[in-house]
Amino acid sequence: MQLAVLGGFVVAALVPLLHQWFGTRTARVLALLPAAIAAWLLAQWPVIAAGETLWLEWAWVPGLDITLTFLIDGLAWLFAMLISVIGTLVLLYAGDYLHGHRDLPRFLVVITAFMMSMLGLVLADNLVALFVFWELTSITSYLLIGFNHTDLAARKSAQQGLFVTVGGGLALLAGFAMLALAGDSWSLAELTTQGEALKAHALYTPLLICVLLGAFTKSAQFPFHFWLPNAMAAPTPVSAYLHSATMVKAGVYLLARLHPALGGTEPWVITLSLVGALTMATGAFLAIQHTNVKKLLAYSTVMALGTLTMLLGIGSEYALTAFVVFLLAHSLYKGALFMVAGILDHEAGTKDVTAMGGLRHLMPRTALVAAVAALSLAGLPPLLGFLGKELMLEAVLGASHYRGVILLLAFVAAFLTLAVAAIVALRPFFGPVRETPRVPHEAPAGMLVGPALLATLSLLFGLVPGLLDPLVDATLAGLGVPEAETHLALWHGINLPLLLSLASLALGGLVARRWDRLRGQLARLEPLMARGPEAGYEALMAGMVRLAEWQTRFLQNGYIRNYLVMTLLVLVGLVGHALLVRHTPSLSFALDVYLHEAMVAGLMVAGAVAACVMRSRLAAVAAVGVMGFSIALTFVLFSAPDLAITQLLVETLTVILLVLVLFRLPRFATLSTPAERLRDLAVAGLSGGLVTLLMLAVLSGERLPRISDYMVANSQPLGHGHNIVNVILVDFRALDTLGEMFVLALAAIGVYAMLRFHAEAYEARDAANTRRSDDG
Amino acid sequence: MVRSGTLILNVAARLLLPLQLLFSLFLLLRGHDEPGGGFIAGLVAAGGFALYLFAYGRRALGAMLKVSPRDLVGVGLLLGVASTLPAWWHGQPFFTAQWWTIPVIDFKASTPLIFDIGVYLVVLGSVLTAITALVKTDHEEDARR
Repeated sequence: MQLAVLGGFVVAALVPLLHQWFGTRTARVLALLPAAIAAWLLAQWPVIAAGETLWLEWAWVPGLDITLTFLIDGLAWLFAMLISVIGTLVLLYAGDYLHGHRDLPRFLVVITAFMMSMLGLVLADNLVALFVFWELTSITSYLLIGFNHTDLAARKSAQQGLFVTVGGGLALLAGFAMLALAGDSWSLAELTTQGEALKAHALYTPLLICVLLGAFTKSAQFPFHFWLPNAMAAPTPVSAYLHSATMVKAGVYLLARLHPALGGTEPWVITLSLVGALTMATGAFLAIQHTNVKKLLAYSTVMALGTLTMLLGIGSEYALTAFVVFLLAHSLYKGALFMVAGILDHEAGTKDVTAMGGLRHLMPRTALVAAVAALSLAGLPPLLGFLGKELMLEAVLGASHYRGVILLLAFVAAFLTLAVAAIVALRPFFGPVRETPRVPHEAPAGMLVGPALLATLSLLFGLVPGLLDPLVDATLAGLGVPEAETHLALWHGINLPLLLSLASLALGGLVARRWDRLRGQLARLEPLMARGPEAGYEALMAGMVRLAEWQTRFLQNGYIRNYLVMTLLVLVGLVGHALLVRHTPSLSFALDVYLHEAMVAGLMVAGAVAACVMRSRLAAVAAVGVMGFSIALTFVLFSAPDLAITQLLVETLTVILLVLVLFRLPRFATLSTPAERLRDLAVAGLSGGLVTLLMLAVLSGERLPRISDYMVANSQPLGHGHNIVNVILVDFRALDTLGEMFVLALAAIGVYAMLRFHAEAYEARDAANTRRSDDG
Repeated sequence: MVRSGTLILNVAARLLLPLQLLFSLFLLLRGHDEPGGGFIAGLVAAGGFALYLFAYGRRALGAMLKVSPRDLVGVGLLLGVASTLPAWWHGQPFFTAQWWTIPVIDFKASTPLIFDIGVYLVVLGSVLTAITALVKTDHEEDARR
């Protein structure tokens, strides 16, 4: 399985190649990958259904206790199955939706990588591995949302989604670190077994806050819900996938996964159920203000995510059953509806539901699919959505905290969602035929097969809910309810949830009927809406830019002398502090130097002083050179030939470089005031003094074992080399050297870019000047 | 300004370059046991090319090198990273040095040597990139005046 997921990334990288072979059929070929994964998962079903957990071990960084072990229990299986099945359908769909699009290969690369990241996320057992996949989904979804990169709004939405989810990701990382500290393990399987210890741990509250921040941002919970509707700037297949099976479900998955470990406490229950319920109502309320079909659906996803979070918060067995059923129902109908929305956009050329009408005559199959899926969204029998909604209402009635508030919010969400469903399914397909930008006809087969299959499943599971019993049981085991015996049924008799459903049906129908007028009235709330959480996000971003500007002006002001002063002062401050606190500096040292050593030292001092006082640049360069060569001489005297050679060569090359730049520098001029020069003298004196003290401290006693002893002793036996300096560079400390190689390469590229682009800018300006003079 | 040099410089550069390159290779290969190594060798080679550059100009150097100095940097980095990988073959941690003896010539090949060659190319490429970029703008500004 690990091979399949990691291999999937490789396949993603090879897509451009595949595209050359298969052309427009690439998407279909690529769909074989998730289809194969789904088939494999299906083959594992007997094991999962027996309530067992499948372990696929894989050491990754054993030294740091990081593994790429996959854990497949009912919960992971359900999510993985959704990801791979809907992934297959989305790929088939995308092949036709983006048929002939110039950037189709790029799209397929990213969506395949996205799919694999999501699979890794739900299968990973190790917190670090999970986090890596978590961030990968953020990055790949950023690329997907910003797919139409020439569109400013798409870029902005992509950035917003990235900032919100990655910001939450940072909190999540901190949360995971605390979780691992508190539970003394990085393995989710182990952490979920020690729930009691974790809940009693002192770190419980901070780690809960961090983990919830991560999950809430990812799953678009209030007040972070705003990024998700904006993310519909992505091509529709992406929206279908993002909303139904992936990305936003990642946060819900994490909460579900950690439910046995962290759930059930008062802060957990209250936060999740209130935030969830609030998100639910907000999503549903915002949905009916929009006429764009994708926005309508996006806000209804926000509502569904709120529901799922709330159900996890309530946490009773009933609520968890509702969670599983609602999750599945939502994935099925939301995937189908988004694909239908894409069909409408593709065929009719508009996303505005008020601009469409009577399409059922032109595209009867699409209309049928849309109707079935929308019935499920509305929560009407005999569809799976009905089951999910009934269970949800029942669970809310059993909530332990704030039952009244949650129930009210849930009821509002329920009837508004019904209205959304009616609008989405009725407006475009029924009523009088309207003129659309394109003449619509039935969608191609590749685009219809996905929504049709998903809608059929919604209907099938609704009619025969018993089919889902083993799946629900297995998933509940992953949620910390072992040995559950669920019996789902469509008809529960006349009870309170049913009455609530009937009431919401009536109210929802009313809203849908009066929708046009209602929208006009809601538009008056616009000024209030403008101050929502999104405004907070905008203000935060603007503030960040201002802060960056301020600190750039202050710290990065472009004057190298200021950088030098700053760097040296920080060095003196930090090292000096450590030196004074940890060590009593003494100025006593034995003066037994040979005459030639004293002469070399004198030469160095003379060179340094001369470089400071010379009035000519060439002379100053020469003086610095004298200093450099004296240092090389010192290395020779103390038998460090490698250092001496390096120093000599560096000096030589410095001269060459200086010769090249000397001509382009202005003449020496006095730019600084005497006070500034005194300040510089003080800084120089301080750093010189610090280094001297440091040297004396090192020489004054050998309290610590010297690192070089190890190097000297092991250079030959371990490194097979007699030249210790080289063995250190290329073997003992090779990773450091590798880092330095990259630094050097970057520096070279930096020099090149600076000089080249500078020159090109000159050329461009000259060219412009010439043109202007030609015109004139 | 840097211009094509005098006769003495031209002849010296042409004669010295092969010697310097040979010397740099010598330093590179013996570096593990005697003073030398990739960094120093790279600097020596860069010095040789710099001399050639001063004598014959950027165009001549480019014609002789055939590859862009920036590509040398890239190849060097690739070699450096590639040398970390063979350890995986034996299931050892990242970057563990591997040694092979090539039988006939009794030469000790190793991943540290590959790594050192990477260092050599990066140093050589970086210095040449910087120097040629400086010379380039020099010439362009000459032309402009």
